[in-house]
Amino acid sequence: MTEKVNKKRESLILPLFITFLKIGAFTFGGGYAMIPIIQKEIAEKKKWLTDEDILDIIAVSESTPGPIAINSATFVGYRVAGFWGAFFSTFAVVLPSFLIISILSLILKEFAEVRSVQNAFFGIRAGVLALLLRALFLMYKKCPKNIASYFIMAISFLFASVFKLNIFFVILICAILGLCFSLYAKRRATK
Amino acid sequence: MIYFKLFWTFFKIGAFTFGGGYAMLPLIQGEVLKNGWISADELLNFIAVSESTPGPFAINIATYVGTTLNGFWGAISSTLGVILPSFLIILFIARFFEKFSENSIVKGVMSGLKPAVIGLILSAVLSVGKTVLLPEGLLINKNFYLSLGIFVISAVLIFKKLHPIYVILISALLGILSGLIFAI
Repeated sequence: MTEKVNKKRESLILPLFITFLKIGAFTFGGGYAMIPIIQKEIAEKKKWLTDEDILDIIAVSESTPGPIAINSATFVGYRVAGFWGAFFSTFAVVLPSFLIISILSLILKEFAEVRSVQNAFFGIRAGVLALLLRALFLMYKKCPKNIASYFIMAISFLFASVFKLNIFFVILICAILGLCFSLYAKRRATK
Repeated sequence: MIYFKLFWTFFKIGAFTFGGGYAMLPLIQGEVLKNGWISADELLNFIAVSESTPGPFAINIATYVGTTLNGFWGAISSTLGVILPSFLIILFIARFFEKFSENSIVKGVMSGLKPAVIGLILSAVLSVGKTVLLPEGLLINKNFYLSLGIFVISAVLIFKKLHPIYVILISALLGILSGLIFAI
């Protein structure tokens, strides 16, 4: 029985690799843009996992460290085909980016001194500021809004920008604060 | 040694990034800019490149910084570094935890991390704003007005839901035009 399962799992490694290669090569805009495509390819088309599995995987990917794209590729790969499934899915999702950027950075360096390219990037940097503001706005909309949440937002902002504390510390402090607040809220609720 | 330093820096960045999008930006600013590996301007230029090419920002920026510093093997070191924490942690959780994200401790920690990331990105965006608009301190000159103009136009377009790639193209054109008309 287990041998049969193992055989079936092994036979899924190559299709997994190819699927994640496609996902890595054709999604613009990073992790969150990848999620609907993963759902479509893995659950709808290939039926390797159910929609519910995918939802669970997204929830875990969001609550563990690391980029969402890598987390979800590793998790999907593992669920479908064990360790080597995870390995090859992650490898595949990274490979297109890695190759494209390796080549592009050489080309970019070649053109960096050209006057009109410098001017184009002068404009682009102002455009990127707008993109980042939009990203911040979208994240703010998705974040829970209560007193504890606003308090932590303010703390992390102050620590990072006014007190210039190391970002790793700020993250640790906020994780502990979040845990304390939620335990306190729970205790009050059960009283 | 630089290979190990690249690997270790990106390993830490990977291990402390929570959430998607630009959650990584404050860490990149803190670690990569601090080391002087790339400049603040270069980082912004690269965000535009990353938005216009496929793949997650995390991998793109790791590969870029690695290549810039030490070619192919530099890129391998930093990319491997940024992936490894994710890979190991997810394997561990997938193997040993059912319902990980419903665990009350995980939920508590996440309820702290989500707003923390917002505060950190706000701080990162302010510092980007300073790089873009006031690179030489409080010096209001031609470049300031041009950058401000391009920023306002881009912001209107992006909040009207124009695709980021078009916003980047338009801001690039405006930059070239500024160069031709105002000799920046």
